[in-house]
Amino acid sequence: MATEWPQPRKQGLADALGWARRMADQHYGIWSWIATVDHKRIGIMYGVTAFLFFLAGGMEALIIRLQLAVPDGNIVNADQYNRILTMHGTTMVFLVIMPLSAAFFNLMIPLMIGARDVAFPRLNAFSYWVFLGGGIFMNASFFTGDVFSGELGAPDCGWFCYSTLSSKAFSPGHGVDFWALGLQILGIASLASGFNFVVTILNLRAPGMTLFRMPLFVWMTLVTSFLLIFAMPVIAVALFELLFDRLFDANFFNPDKGGNPLLWQHMFWLFGHPEVYILILPAMGIVSEILPTFSRKPLFGYPFVVFSGIAIGFMSWGVWVHHMYTTGLGTAANAAFGISTILIGVPTGVKVFNWMATMWGGSISLKAPMMFAVGFVAMFTIGGLSGVTHSVVPSDYQQQDTYYIVAHFHYVLFGGSIFALFAGIYYWLPKFTGRLLNDTVGQIQFWLMLIGFNLTFFPMHMSGMLGMPRRISTYSGDQGWDLWNLLSTIGAFTIAAAILIFIINVIYSLRRGQAAGHDPWDGRTLEWTIPSPPPHYNFERIPTVHARDPFWHEKYTEDAAGRPIPVIAGAANGHGEENGDHGGHGIHMPSPSYFPLIAALGFPIIATGLIYDYALVAVGAALLFVGIYGWALEPVTEEEAGHA
Amino acid sequence: MSQAAATGHLETSTGLDNRKLLMWLFLSSECLFFGSLIAAYLLYRDSSVTGPYPDELFDIPFTSVSAFQLLVSSVTMVLALAAIQRGNVRAMQIWLLATALLGLLFVSGQAYEFTQFYREGLTLETNLFGTTFFVLTGFHGAHVTVGILILMSLFAVSLQGRIQKKDSLNVELAGLYWHFVDIVWIVIFTLVYLIQPGAGSN
Repeated sequence: MATEWPQPRKQGLADALGWARRMADQHYGIWSWIATVDHKRIGIMYGVTAFLFFLAGGMEALIIRLQLAVPDGNIVNADQYNRILTMHGTTMVFLVIMPLSAAFFNLMIPLMIGARDVAFPRLNAFSYWVFLGGGIFMNASFFTGDVFSGELGAPDCGWFCYSTLSSKAFSPGHGVDFWALGLQILGIASLASGFNFVVTILNLRAPGMTLFRMPLFVWMTLVTSFLLIFAMPVIAVALFELLFDRLFDANFFNPDKGGNPLLWQHMFWLFGHPEVYILILPAMGIVSEILPTFSRKPLFGYPFVVFSGIAIGFMSWGVWVHHMYTTGLGTAANAAFGISTILIGVPTGVKVFNWMATMWGGSISLKAPMMFAVGFVAMFTIGGLSGVTHSVVPSDYQQQDTYYIVAHFHYVLFGGSIFALFAGIYYWLPKFTGRLLNDTVGQIQFWLMLIGFNLTFFPMHMSGMLGMPRRISTYSGDQGWDLWNLLSTIGAFTIAAAILIFIINVIYSLRRGQAAGHDPWDGRTLEWTIPSPPPHYNFERIPTVHARDPFWHEKYTEDAAGRPIPVIAGAANGHGEENGDHGGHGIHMPSPSYFPLIAALGFPIIATGLIYDYALVAVGAALLFVGIYGWALEPVTEEEAGHA
Repeated sequence: MSQAAATGHLETSTGLDNRKLLMWLFLSSECLFFGSLIAAYLLYRDSSVTGPYPDELFDIPFTSVSAFQLLVSSVTMVLALAAIQRGNVRAMQIWLLATALLGLLFVSGQAYEFTQFYREGLTLETNLFGTTFFVLTGFHGAHVTVGILILMSLFAVSLQGRIQKKDSLNVELAGLYWHFVDIVWIVIFTLVYLIQPGAGSN
């Protein structure tokens, strides 16, 4: 399809970057990716990067499981174990699940609301580059120790980095500095994308796409984005306090000067519990799209699913003390937060029942995306139920800091988020590659992953109940934990095999996969009305929306019994043809820009400077300034540059 | 609508301009940022185990003058916006400069205050008061400084004739940020300087 990028401006700031700019205006080649502001390309970069971090975090998990496979493991020493454990948790939360969700926000939101891009395309590119810089910075900490003698430099304080484990006295070296500065950088990326997606969803909806016609995934993205906007500044302040303590000898968490280490826990979990829902709400959104499509029924109780998502968003701010029952806040606080924690199970339960009712009586097609989605519902429910068991304070006193907790949150984060994200990949990736992933291989991956997952994490309920503490680097063989740990290790390698199958499936399908066509699943929402892969402007004409599930209603009507009847042939393909007609002439898309990358580069350099040499801070700040000013002053589109 | 993504100045679903909505969201996020810092200050208010303590250091009349300068700068900011909305570029430039200068006075006052406190023995390390006070007011001062940079950038761009009546949104956004930073100072000034725990409380 002939598409034309606007020509670059020929004067001013763009002059200096003339060559790079011309390269960026191509549709291929590395520079076109580096300068891209196209939400689809940014989404793909988010996805690929997050998947690479997933492999890194997975390797760390395998090392942990190898170490714990048998008693008295000696694969790594206690110090190395602490660092690898910390990086496993940090990576999986901040560098895998959050950015994989962001990948779907980027890829899907404009398509699902009928827009040509996000509200702030360059801010979007900025988010990605900041995220990439933060992720690399965080992982670079590994190499700051004396690596060849086996001394890793990574943080050793756990993903929650409790005070005073994080103070200089107990964690000398730069690991914790890398951790805090790395999260600070990643927070900037999350904030920027939170702002961007709220504005995009509220402001760029196609005509007729009222809030209550929005697909569920769009709704959950909206709630997640609001949570990001309000939760990230809280952790930012906590991290600043930690950094001031470590870098400038302040006293926020210094008990000698009257500082209270519990302040860290309060702030971390005040951020941390909304964060839990930041990790799971996008997954719930994905599943809420897939279940109706493969059941050929509309989502059951749409308003209930929407409002329960919003309710979860609000309630997530009032449950953080359930992470802190054993810190001695007193009966009143524990009782109050115990009740709020039990209550937040209600909207979550509402969703689970609605998903089941969606499938009930539908003509279910068990393709790979559906398998993963159903797997999500089952595994997430188990994780949710074990969650309810430790909302009960006396019960939690027994479970606190045992493997039972590890089992619980892996059921919601792996059995929940990761299963749903794989469902999303099988469902939506063909829209962007133009080729379906192999379904049989997908089914094999699903079963292997489901078995491996349960083999890994179900025994952890047992080892936890038998008193095995979290975060220990080794254990003796007389505790009765041997069998459960060995099973967990076997399970972890089964998961690894499933991931390997997935990688092979993607590589194979990219080359040989069956062509997807614009609507491979008989979809319901706007993204299936346009070609796969979509043209860079997405919609030739912005669609007008008349109902929830707009594409479905274009294709089907109902008979007296409520069964779908196809509309006369031809009408259904209206969008596809319409959108192929004119090759997008006359649509002005935002120009590519290097400035988001230049600005984003400033952050890791500033952070490195804060740790090693303040001169670098000036260099990073200068880059940031150049980036921001260039960004503010360059024209956004060809039109504005006066070349229209 | 269709062009909104591309050019940002056409009709949106809510009728609110994209950039204005972005600014409001940013400011709402900032509320949590300053809220957390203020909470830490209040939590540690009576927890310093060594002096100097706030009542030995605060010079309320001096800081009141500083606060007044910042309040007045909000008025001049409003006048700058009103000027450009009428299309009067000249008046806008004058009021922008006035706002930036008042902001600069405020930041200088803060620098002077920090220096005084430092001379009297208060640093980040001294006690919890030093830690929480410098970090809270320091972050506020940094926000004012960024605001001054924004105002001066607008001024510089307007000298090139690139801010006309139709571009008044740029000034309005800078104004939203400026007023927010101003309001935060009212809260900090009240909670930190004016309402001090009397002797014997706690």
